[in-house]
Amino acid sequence: MSMRTKLGQARGDGSAKHGVGHWKAQRITALALIPLLLWFVTSFIIMLPAPYIMVYEWMQSPFVVTMMVLLAISLFYHGYLGMQVVIEDYIHGEALKITLLLLTKFASVFMGTLAVISCLVICFK
Amino acid sequence: MVELRLPKNSRIRQGKYHQAEKRDGNLKLFHVYRYNPDAQENPRMDTYEVNLDECGPMVLDAIIKIKDEVDSTLTFRRSCREGICGSCAMNIDGTNTLACLKPIEECKKDVKIYPLPHMPVVKDLVPDLTLAYAQYQSIEPWIQTESPTPPDRERLQSLEEREKLDGLWECILCYCCTTSCPSYWWNSDRFLGPATLLQAYRWIADSRDEATGERLDELEDPFKLYRCHTIMNCTNTCPKGLNPAKAIAETKKKIALRQG
Repeated sequence: MSMRTKLGQARGDGSAKHGVGHWKAQRITALALIPLLLWFVTSFIIMLPAPYIMVYEWMQSPFVVTMMVLLAISLFYHGYLGMQVVIEDYIHGEALKITLLLLTKFASVFMGTLAVISCLVICFK
Repeated sequence: MVELRLPKNSRIRQGKYHQAEKRDGNLKLFHVYRYNPDAQENPRMDTYEVNLDECGPMVLDAIIKIKDEVDSTLTFRRSCREGICGSCAMNIDGTNTLACLKPIEECKKDVKIYPLPHMPVVKDLVPDLTLAYAQYQSIEPWIQTESPTPPDRERLQSLEEREKLDGLWECILCYCCTTSCPSYWWNSDRFLGPATLLQAYRWIADSRDEATGERLDELEDPFKLYRCHTIMNCTNTCPKGLNPAKAIAETKKKIALRQG
């Protein structure tokens, strides 16, 4: 039981004086994903009947690599920011919350890096 | 953790049925949430028959009639009966609103009345709003200035500057919006909620206030402000037709724009 006053509870540990960075990054990555995903989906629909080697060669053009790398970064960054909000909203035990946040962060960084490296490997082979 | 089910001692049971004295006429059923902390019982839904021919037009008229004539133990807050005091905020037919502004005829079937959602219940329709009031206090809702008041007149404000407070000053702090917000349900210990954030913006938008920067500093916090995910329940439910979601968006915009 807490005997702390309601005002003390409401003030809590005060303002963290950050949050706008997250808010901006979520919106900027969302904006970036609109053209990137449109390009990605249309390209793949067009490429659907193409043979493996043709797609492979297509993936080696500088423009395509750039788009793919940007897509991977925006996608996994945006995904992480979204998952972070969901976890903070719904998970209240500090230990479980921090564990899940770290796991999500590591998984996002790993998947993002893997995607970027894969694009570069194809490009420079 | 998010509560998907009510705790065991909060689950609602079937309650009593109260017949109206004169049953010939325009009868309407009111199902009302009842909870008495002294009774050591779970909450229950009591049903009251109300003869609308003998009752005023608003839901508040009906529950006052029930308290006066049928069941004096029914407990609720009310004062002005004209939507300016914010006392009779409750959940009627699934929407938070003021009982005094809600016409009975807008409720198509039986009228279901609960206290404001996800707040501790003091008794029946009376929620415990002390934390919400303390959150309001924490944003220091008064004018803060360093320039002294002019000795011979008020602090002046142009017509355009005054217009920026329209849609903000009308808030009566009934907390219909705050208690309709899922983010507030899950994180009321840290998220300030739409009512308090609209009031905070009321001072941020006031041209006479000189503490805008400090106010924005205090709000810039992942929980105090950024738990708002523009769900918009606040704007949908506001019985005064205000737009707390817009006030919150303007606050976020101001914090983003001052960075350059």
